[in-house]
Amino acid sequence: MEGFNYQLNHLKELEAESIFVLREVAAQFEKPVLMFSGGKDSILMVHLAVKAFYPARIPFPLLHIDTGHNFPETIAFRDRLVKRLGAKLIVGSVDEAIASGLVVEEKGYDASRNGLQTAVLLDELEKGQFDAALGGARRDEEKARAKERFFSHRDEFGQWDPKNQRPELWNLFNGKKNMGEHFRVFPISNWTELDVWQYLAMEKVELPSLYFAHERPVFERNGTLLADSHFMNKRETEIPQSMKVRCRTIGDMTCTGVWESDATTIEEIIDEVATTRMTERGGRTDDKRSETAMEDRKKHGYF
Amino acid sequence: MDAQHSELLRFTTAGSVDDGKSTLIGRLLYDSKSIFEDQLEAVRETSERRGEEGVNLALLTDGLKSEREQGITIDVAYRYFATPKRKFIIADTPGHIQYTRNMVTGASTANVALILIDARKGVLEQTRRHAFIASLLQIPHLVVCVNKMDLAEYSQERYEEIKDEFEKFSFKLDVKDVHFIPISALNGDNVVDRSENMPWYEGSTLLYYLENVHIGSDHNFIDARFPVQHVIRPYSDDFHDYRGYAGRVAGGILKKGDQVTLLPSGFSSTIKQIDSFDGELDEAHPPMSVTIRLEDELDLGRGGMIVRENNQPEVSQDLEVMVCWFHEKPMRQRGKYTLMHTTQEARCVIKEIRYKLDINTLHRNQEDKEISMNDICRVVLRSTKPLFFDSYRKNRITGSIILLDEATNETVGAGMII
Repeated sequence: MEGFNYQLNHLKELEAESIFVLREVAAQFEKPVLMFSGGKDSILMVHLAVKAFYPARIPFPLLHIDTGHNFPETIAFRDRLVKRLGAKLIVGSVDEAIASGLVVEEKGYDASRNGLQTAVLLDELEKGQFDAALGGARRDEEKARAKERFFSHRDEFGQWDPKNQRPELWNLFNGKKNMGEHFRVFPISNWTELDVWQYLAMEKVELPSLYFAHERPVFERNGTLLADSHFMNKRETEIPQSMKVRCRTIGDMTCTGVWESDATTIEEIIDEVATTRMTERGGRTDDKRSETAMEDRKKHGYF
Repeated sequence: MDAQHSELLRFTTAGSVDDGKSTLIGRLLYDSKSIFEDQLEAVRETSERRGEEGVNLALLTDGLKSEREQGITIDVAYRYFATPKRKFIIADTPGHIQYTRNMVTGASTANVALILIDARKGVLEQTRRHAFIASLLQIPHLVVCVNKMDLAEYSQERYEEIKDEFEKFSFKLDVKDVHFIPISALNGDNVVDRSENMPWYEGSTLLYYLENVHIGSDHNFIDARFPVQHVIRPYSDDFHDYRGYAGRVAGGILKKGDQVTLLPSGFSSTIKQIDSFDGELDEAHPPMSVTIRLEDELDLGRGGMIVRENNQPEVSQDLEVMVCWFHEKPMRQRGKYTLMHTTQEARCVIKEIRYKLDINTLHRNQEDKEISMNDICRVVLRSTKPLFFDSYRKNRITGSIILLDEATNETVGAGMII
């Protein structure tokens, strides 16, 4: 026993907790699905799921809600990952939902498809009859998410009722539900942005190039740098120029800000994250619509 | 930060609206550089718009619309910060009487409970309640922060008085490790930096304590308990006959080659291999998630438990439990509920309510057995099938249960097995 310490480091302890939650989902639900956005948090989720069920395959499909405004790098990365894992991928398309009239496109310069994603997500969950949707949301990201449970109960409309959440104690997760209700499950609730980066570095997980500093045409809007693309409805004064940037979060191109950065390796990213004074979602214009934008979206079924 | 050597510590904070809990959390987050400029800016703007003096740090922890409107914390909020030595998870729980259930929830996974006392007010009814819940939930370490020392002239006499008052009460409780620190959260005295105003205090600062308190023995490393969560059967060519029992070690240390007993069958076997994605392991201990393979093919599935032959848990359908009630609908004597315990699930009936506990006086009331929300009582339960358990004192994982309403599936109670 000399020198042996039965204490896990914080990353291994977070990993053990997340694996436990993932296995609870496989055991307690009939038809779970993993919501995959292509961002680092959902890449981490997939990595943890592989570990949780090894040597068996991940016992649930991945669901990607494609806003049609993704970074092209995201789609390429997604397809490679799915192929490598032999996983099943379901794509819910916002383009198709607009064409079929399920949702209506927002208009104007700040139009975003973020809100439309919710309707498409709920539609896909219903179509697939999924009873648990696994998401990579973290409590440190946003103040409404700080109140979220690991097992988050949703009523038949997919709504979140923050004042009426089931208490969650020890590691007893109550996934019981009535017909038509479902759950959102967040296995990485207790990870911070820094934990995610440190863990991805420790595990040598492959990541999309968007997270590393690269030259790309960007323009500024309301103090946020946005990547230029043909989806972007620019004002005359918004003239793109090439800058060295990277993404801290990856979402829809129209609402995901990019940051000026020189970090080209994961170690440099960790240093940057450890010393930054701005939150990760600070570049997300979807959160800036009001003080409680995230809570409002979550109540309506966003994850 | 050296990620490889940093530990995780979970603590709860309990305190009332006015005793400076939000200020203290704000101070810990701010001094450890865990509050971001844009967050602080948003809070500053809101405070200004409402005409409040200064920056209201409570807005940082109150995330929900109704909490911000009412200026109270409704639900447990989780906060995170890290220093080079440890990563911390704060379960910030509201201090109002009607929210005992939140305090119990936050306390269930905590290594340390942090209790705040306003130096001007001393030990209040609420202080007693918080300390009692910390002892009931067997939080291994308790830190009593005597706050607002700046408003008590940094008086050693006042601090000692409060300490005595607290100890007079707490000796009746089952707390193993109590620590006192005089602080001023507002001015930062003894929070991160040593106070120059209290040279008479020779102990450590709050952050130093949190970074160094020994948590290596908080898990049970004696009694091997492995509740089976899920059976892994790949059905692939490479792993044709693979059958692995996936789970998280709830107690003790399990090693390859150990003679084990399987519950409920009682069959014996030997641990053939302990697997993880990263390769075979020699041993597994709490709180690791691993996959165990056995030498023999025996009947074992979710809800079953792997234990050592010569160290077995209690196996019974009858349990004595301390229950904290969470729901508006009162507990029904003779009522039937669904029970969750480790990875087991069973129906159960409340056979008898022995007494209701007054958490302020610790009086056991055997007359009034009306159990409503936030009440704590001792009951006798009978389950439809045998459970494999330890006392909560011995193991917080194998000694805890939750009760669910059979119609709505809501979690209506939490229990600690005696």
